[in-house]
Order: sequence, then structure tokens, then C-alpha cells
Amino acid sequence: MEPIEYMRMTRELYESLGHQPYGWLNADTPPPFTKLNKPLSQCRIGMVSTSGAYVVGQQAYHYKDDTSIRAIPKTTPTDQIHFSHITENYLPDPRRDPNCVFPIDALRTLEAEGVVGGVADELFSCMGGIYSQRRVREELIPALSESFARQNVDAVLLVPM
Amino acid sequence: MCMASALDIVRAGRPPRITFVDYPLGHTVGKPFDREGQVDIVRCGLAGFESMTQAEQVEMLGHRWADTEDWKAEEWRKGGAGGKDERKPRDGTPQYQSEQDRILAEGR
Repeated sequence: MEPIEYMRMTRELYESLGHQPYGWLNADTPPPFTKLNKPLSQCRIGMVSTSGAYVVGQQAYHYKDDTSIRAIPKTTPTDQIHFSHITENYLPDPRRDPNCVFPIDALRTLEAEGVVGGVADELFSCMGGIYSQRRVREELIPALSESFARQNVDAVLLVPM
Repeated sequence: MCMASALDIVRAGRPPRITFVDYPLGHTVGKPFDREGQVDIVRCGLAGFESMTQAEQVEMLGHRWADTEDWKAEEWRKGGAGGKDERKPRDGTPQYQSEQDRILAEGR
């Protein structure tokens, strides 16, 4: 079976509701491609999830173009990871098991197995439902880039929700 | 490496590498409490850093959400024409998972 065409699905939903079409990001330039300069087993891996994850005690995300990020220590007990995301309808399972969209246990396992050289001390989250592409480019992406640089990662796993 | 369960949306953003998992949204890297499956999916995603040789390659994983594809019809029923806009209002205040979370974060 073919993957679900979510863009067409959403377009049809919005048309049926009389909404304006959703402004999907359509990148018009090819991405840079950089090969690893050492084996994966020697690489330090970072991770960002767009699921709106936060650690209990941190401020949750808001739903009006929140471009902030949360640093989530990799030692965080999994049950202390909660979520706030504008599409809460996708959160029932992540709220039972955060690993559905925030793979902290999988990363810890793969680090212990030596599949990767290490996992960054801090993993990151952000809000996936930001309607301003300009604010994503000017605020969110620079903040994430700086955070990953501070963590000295060699490669990053991006987990959209 | 960009993990994806909404392949068309992720592809439109043109990340350098994609690993696709054909699961419903909200399960980008696995089913709840399926630790073995979650580790396998993340392991496959990370392996792409070494196996992919050019930009915009997509690895289609063979993991299946269920024995049948009926869940996709349900996704269309809920999210397509005639469905409901499930997005929450664009509220500018923090939206905690629970009131207890709010108290712990804000101290009141």
C-alpha cells in the first residue's frame, strides 16, 4: 500500500470546512548533503522532536507560533516527559509512552549497545505547529543549531510528529 | 536524518535523508510500549547515515502498523473532506498536559 497523502487529505479537509489552504513548506533548493567523517559507532548523536515534549517542571509550549525549545537531559525518566502540541489529537499514545515520538529509551539502548559513539547529554524538543515559516527560519532553527553545536554532535536525528 | 510517517509533508521540506515508517501520525518512531520495534526503527534511521550516498534518499521501512491497511481509511475519514479540524485554538499561554504540571512549573 502507498503512504497516506496527508497534504491532499488536509487540503480536502480545509476545502470542505471553507478554510484557506494550508501553507506547506515547499523547499525550492536541494538540501546540503554531508557524509559522516567517521563511523557511526564513533559519532555523538543529537535528537530533536517536534512533538512539543517537555520535562515535568518545565514550562509547556503555547499554541500561538511558539518558537522556543526545551533541553531534555538524556537521563530524564521517561515518565517525566509530557507533551503540549497544537494537534493534541495525535498525543494519546505519546502521552502513554513518550517513545512513540521522543525516542529517548531507544537512543539510550543504542548508546549502550555501542551502535553510536554516544548520545548528546541534552536532547531537544520544539513545537511542530508553527505557522510562520519566517519565524522558524529566523528564531527556531538558529536556536536549535546553536544548541546542537554546544552539544558537539556529529549528526542529528529529527523526529517530526 | 529525518524520520517520517507523513512522507509527502517531509519530502516537501527536502531534508538530506529520510527514513519512512508507515505508521499513523503520533507514532513516528514506534508503537506504544513496543520497545523492540522502537529500537529497531531508530537503529534503521541511524544506519542511514552510513548507507545513504546522496541527498534526498528515502529508506522505506517494512514495519507494519497492523495486519491490514484499514487504519488508513480511518485516517482519511477523520482527517479528510467532511472530517473535523482537530487543531486546538491558537492560545498564547502554556498548555500543560495536566494542572499538576502547571503548578510544578509556575509554582502556584
